Amino acid sequence: MFAGYDFDVIQRSLGYLFREGMVFTVTLTLIAMTGGIVFGTLLAMMRLSALKPVSMLAGAYVNLMRSVPLVLVIFWFFFLVPYIGAWVIGAGEPIRVGAFWSAVITFTMFEAAYYCEIMRAGIQSIARGQVWSGYALGLNYWQTMGHIVLPQAFRNMVPVLLTQTIILFQDTSLVYVISATDFLGAAAKVANRDYRLVEMYTFVAVVYFVVSYSLSLLVVRLQDRIAVIR
Amino acid sequence: MNYNWHWKVLLETEPGGTGTYLHYLLVGLAWTLATALAAWVIALSIGALVGTVRTTNARWAVRVGNLYVEIFRNIPLIVQMFLWFFVVPELLPEMLGDWIKQMPPPWGSYLPAVLCLGIFTSVRVAEQVRAGINSLPRGQRMAGIAMGLTQPQAYRYVILPQAFRIVLPPLTSEFMNIIKNSSVALTIGLLELTGRARAMQEFSFRVFEAFTAATVIYLLTNLVVVLAMRALEKKVSVPGLIAAGTGQQAGH
Repeated sequence: MFAGYDFDVIQRSLGYLFREGMVFTVTLTLIAMTGGIVFGTLLAMMRLSALKPVSMLAGAYVNLMRSVPLVLVIFWFFFLVPYIGAWVIGAGEPIRVGAFWSAVITFTMFEAAYYCEIMRAGIQSIARGQVWSGYALGLNYWQTMGHIVLPQAFRNMVPVLLTQTIILFQDTSLVYVISATDFLGAAAKVANRDYRLVEMYTFVAVVYFVVSYSLSLLVVRLQDRIAVIR
Repeated sequence: MNYNWHWKVLLETEPGGTGTYLHYLLVGLAWTLATALAAWVIALSIGALVGTVRTTNARWAVRVGNLYVEIFRNIPLIVQMFLWFFVVPELLPEMLGDWIKQMPPPWGSYLPAVLCLGIFTSVRVAEQVRAGINSLPRGQRMAGIAMGLTQPQAYRYVILPQAFRIVLPPLTSEFMNIIKNSSVALTIGLLELTGRARAMQEFSFRVFEAFTAATVIYLLTNLVVVLAMRALEKKVSVPGLIAAGTGQQAGH
């Protein structure tokens, strides 16, 4: 069945696949995760704000991001970021942004909407008395959030946040559409150069499976360990 | 930002000569929906079956179900798309593989896209169905067995009719996901809505008009789906339950 296939092509390109491709994928995932969780938590606090315009603004952003395909969002930011950059630094012409930074901004902004919904559920799962006792102690809003609510909300939501990060790790492969050299992009370049599509794409699928599945097993174990006993 | 908007481009004729750009995008929407609906049929049938099987006490069947779910959940959608498009036809018997590879343009991408999306989503449907069945009180199954029903009968008459109505709300969001995820099919050459917006941007150089139009069309489609599903949920909701189903927190 495998006569005529050349699996050596994988071994020959391992260095390129992992040193270029996987490094891109993992760096992008980690930066977007960090940025997404920070921005997502701020969005969640905005959505839960008593100020109507603030909560509506955050709600509109989250719903917009969740209603549009990620591929379309990637295209949007790929073309939009140079204009925003020019506007920020006051340049007359759209600035040049590489595929990597374009992808970082896209995934941070997009995933923030999903992390926001997770953090919102986390914040809402905290007993109201916790907030009242914070205020009773004389803490202000930011202190109550920072010292009392968010640490608990975060702890409750760590497994879901990590599950979302595994999805993010898989979704970063969509940067293929802006020709970035992530793990899939690197494999696609080798596959097309050597005309070894079957071998390369099968290998990519196996690697993604092994990484995602191992991470999901770790999340399950972590879930058992950090669960708060009530 | 100094971008000169030029909305009239939507009424200009696209280079293929089939009509205006707006028409071109709407045909894209039709392809998006045709892909999503066909894939949804596959997702629902396999998902309901696998989800149900995973709640039974047939151990080998549960294992096979788990394996199926883990495989299709842990490989990115675009990679699965490539597997169906580039790899599967090569591994099939030569005649069948050649037949697939020689299908005329939209169908050669449409068929793999539908299979891929259908199976990708079936895994998520299976998880929802399993959660729905497990959310029923144990007493329901026991009462069924105590009345002399066999296990298949208990599923058919007691458990599934309730479970399917409970999982409807989470299935709505899966249906919206399948519409959004169908955009990944552009990577194997299917000109659905996002693919056509990109093509329009390449032909007309009107980047933001093309993507804004596509975004608005997606938002309107979502609105229609939400309203339709809400009406359906109201009609089939189980009387006496506060709310039903468990919303999924992580997602695409």
